[in-house]
Amino acid sequence: METSLASMSLDVIPEIILAAGGIVILLYALFAPRRAQPGAAILALVTVAAAAAVSAAMLRGTEQLTFTGTYARDGAAVWSKLIVLAGTAVVIGLSVPWFRGDPRHGEYYTLLLFSALGAILLAGATDLKEFLMAMMLSSATGFILVAYHRRSSPAAEAAIKYYLLGALTSAGALIGVAYLFGLAGSTTLTGLSAGLPSSGTNLALIAGAALVVLALTYKTAAVPAHAWMPDVAQGAPAPVAAFVTSIPKVGGFLFLARFVLALPDGGIEWRPLIAILAAATMTLGNLAALWQDDVRRLLGWSAVSQTGYGLMAIVALERSDLAVPSLLFFLLAYVLGNAAAFGVVSELRGRSELAAYSGLARTRPWLAGALSIALLSFLGVPPLAGFFAKLVLFAAAIEAGYTWLTVLAAVNTIVSIAYYARVLAPAYFGDLASPVPVLGRWAAAATLASAAAVIVIGIGSEPFLRAFADVSLLPG
Amino acid sequence: MLTAAIFFPILAAIVFALVPRPKLASVASDAPETPAASSDDSAGAVGNAPDPAYRKYERRMQLAATAVAAVPLLLMVVAWLRFDSTGGFEQVESVSWIPTLGIGYRVGLDGLSLSLAAMTALIFVVAIAYPVDLRGRAAPYFSLMLFLMGVSLGLFLALDLFLFFVFWDVSLVGMYFLIGAWGHGDAQRSALKFFVYTFSGSLALLLAILGIYLATDPRTFDMAEIIRQQPLPATGLYATLVFLGFFIGFAVKTPIVPFHTWLPPAHVDAPGPASAILAGVLLKMGTYGFVRILMSMMPETFERFALPLGILAVISILYGSLVALAQSNVKRLIAYTSVNHMGYVILGLAVAGAAAAGKADSQAIALTGATVEMVAHGLITGALFLIAGSLLARTHTYEMDEYGGLAGRARALTGLTVIAAFASLGLPALAGFVAEFQIFAGALAIYPWLAVIGLVGIVITAALMLRMLQKLLLGPLPVRWMSFPDLGRAEIAALAALAAFVVIIGVVPAWLLNVIDSFAGPLVGRG
Repeated sequence: METSLASMSLDVIPEIILAAGGIVILLYALFAPRRAQPGAAILALVTVAAAAAVSAAMLRGTEQLTFTGTYARDGAAVWSKLIVLAGTAVVIGLSVPWFRGDPRHGEYYTLLLFSALGAILLAGATDLKEFLMAMMLSSATGFILVAYHRRSSPAAEAAIKYYLLGALTSAGALIGVAYLFGLAGSTTLTGLSAGLPSSGTNLALIAGAALVVLALTYKTAAVPAHAWMPDVAQGAPAPVAAFVTSIPKVGGFLFLARFVLALPDGGIEWRPLIAILAAATMTLGNLAALWQDDVRRLLGWSAVSQTGYGLMAIVALERSDLAVPSLLFFLLAYVLGNAAAFGVVSELRGRSELAAYSGLARTRPWLAGALSIALLSFLGVPPLAGFFAKLVLFAAAIEAGYTWLTVLAAVNTIVSIAYYARVLAPAYFGDLASPVPVLGRWAAAATLASAAAVIVIGIGSEPFLRAFADVSLLPG
Repeated sequence: MLTAAIFFPILAAIVFALVPRPKLASVASDAPETPAASSDDSAGAVGNAPDPAYRKYERRMQLAATAVAAVPLLLMVVAWLRFDSTGGFEQVESVSWIPTLGIGYRVGLDGLSLSLAAMTALIFVVAIAYPVDLRGRAAPYFSLMLFLMGVSLGLFLALDLFLFFVFWDVSLVGMYFLIGAWGHGDAQRSALKFFVYTFSGSLALLLAILGIYLATDPRTFDMAEIIRQQPLPATGLYATLVFLGFFIGFAVKTPIVPFHTWLPPAHVDAPGPASAILAGVLLKMGTYGFVRILMSMMPETFERFALPLGILAVISILYGSLVALAQSNVKRLIAYTSVNHMGYVILGLAVAGAAAAGKADSQAIALTGATVEMVAHGLITGALFLIAGSLLARTHTYEMDEYGGLAGRARALTGLTVIAAFASLGLPALAGFVAEFQIFAGALAIYPWLAVIGLVGIVITAALMLRMLQKLLLGPLPVRWMSFPDLGRAEIAALAALAAFVVIIGVVPAWLLNVIDSFAGPLVGRG
């Protein structure tokens, strides 16, 4: 087995590109004059495109663990990279006009790229230390991004909440990792599945695993660590909200999948636990969303409920061949739909009172169309991507023997009609409340592109589903 | 060719959606936003938009949309002529779509699909051509109508469960916007209620589809293949749950009492042509599903539930007719007769799917009758709802007590209303009679008691239809309707087309019965 650093680094070229691009942008932002600051966005887009191109080329490579078993270079990780990069590209498009008034915002894109890198590392991590590092990178940049508008008190409040929950759960994860390391004598997932006690009730194992899962519920905005989501969705700059509500989830979901698979079969009953978390998350998210009068907050709660649906794929792992494909397809559909939804909010200059959307279809038919595509995709109306995601998620959960969870998800979907209709009905049937100022072409293009992708990936889901069907999730 | 019938209107719908609003209409198109026009009963089909140039634009759009809609109708006529009624699916067109999940784009037809799809195409042409208050938004309206037309045809022609579901769900979204944007009264609330109810049903349907899909081996959504495989056992919890899922999905859509509560408000508040489509086409999706999926894919499970289904059907018959009898609102009355008529259809289906060895002939008669009822109800109720729309446009009220004596004032309206109403109550020589006669003839052989109770519903329907005719058309003409305008040329032509088929099916039904028998006989012969 080749173990030289040079050959191993071939497995992480996209990651290296992102890190290098971030540093280049930071230097650029330091030295570029104020009027040239938007050039940082171009650099960021180039970086993302280069990383995506290399990742796409890696799809044909062999699936294996690298860096002595601490990092996966498997189909699931590569696809997660592509999903994260696609979402990041849209967010960059939204950010260009949003930050135009900010004279020194070049380093924003550095933070964005590092945060994306954190999510990517988390998605590929097969080691608990690697997991902690990736969590930190993803979260620490996230805090700053959320609070980027320093003078905005909602942003500050959201960032504090995001930070406190993150610090608490990360500290817990650190303790959990210590327990698991002590039990298994290794921090790699391969080492865990071999070394953890596989019979009898072991309190240390339960506590350790629970603390790691808790940190991941924070990343994915699942119950019980979901509380930051609505505040961040509402308070963060709208493009950042698009990013933070979806991209870190990709990493969180992937590592959660790898982690639960590494737990020994007889040692811990994780499936019912995740099922209960899924049930609680989707139900709470939906019920809370019902009462929101703020579109961004509503989208935040809706994002919580979407996490609940996604957790069904985790429950079905190893019980259904559709589990991994459904997880990846769900993430793909969710990231793009979410980007389209928050894209509309950004393009409308962050307007978020429900009343402000009244009559939108008259003045901005394309934006109203993008918003309806995003929301109908969340709801699961065919032939949009979100529908196929729900279809495979439901099928996987039924096959895994969790029909009750599927029925609950269906009931939740019905409940969610109510709040999606609260946004869409006034937009189409209502009277125009006031003139609708918008941001500009970049944000509109990014929004419409993601909405179009939601349709195209829905109707043309075959290539994705086929690719996802052959993906393996190492080290399982 | 079937693909063309489905996608030509859908593509045209996209074109219509992209048509820019005419510049001259900038005033007129904003006019409906004014408080006067957005008040509850502003559905004046004529003379609402002040700008003559804009009216001309609307008429041109309507003409174009009607021409587009005529294409699928012609294609269905061609399909009818090419139909060779040897049983099984024919004129199949299929393309691989998502082979990883066993999903294909497969369309084709048998006697059931063909008769319903042809009826659908006819009703859409008529509904699109029918004058209606467009609220200054002509292009989106016709875009939605054409879109719904393609989707509805697709649903009846789909031979893939997944494709079927796609069309099923999308039709809800289209109808939601149609009711919400062009309805009157509490339209948004009714539209939402419609959407929540039927979408709930469709999720139950989705779970059931997944249930049957996961049982197939190799996994497929291909209807013909599933019918061949019969993947689910007759008994057991799993099969029962799948049956229940399908049942809820279809029962909400049909609707069967007690799943019907979305229907009256949706019908009353929808614009006339949308009501006609809702009753004529969308309700049939439910009954079509009963035959195509439940009776064909899990006939043994259906047998176990045939009697309860028959009982629910009779309850629907009686409840629908009694509640309709109590209505003073003409559109609500028609809406409840839909519940009643759908009860006849379900009764026929329950009879046809019951476990009754040696009575296949009666069962085939009942199934044929139920299918004819689907077609006849579409034509008759479609016509009645369009007439209700015309009444509203002229008088701004549905209250029957406000009317009277129109027989002397509006000849065409009177003649067409009488035909539709008599067809609805099952007068011989009209389409409704052919259907109901066969349903009850079949039912008397299998479930005689249910049939006898159900016949009471026919009597009540006759009473309420006659009462409606009397209140609208007879008696003294109220002074304020002295200048009540009769139906316009477009309205007469549209309604006459429907009425013609009602009479033709009533007098010489053989051409339709042959097509329907070609699937009905083999289907009941199986058990």
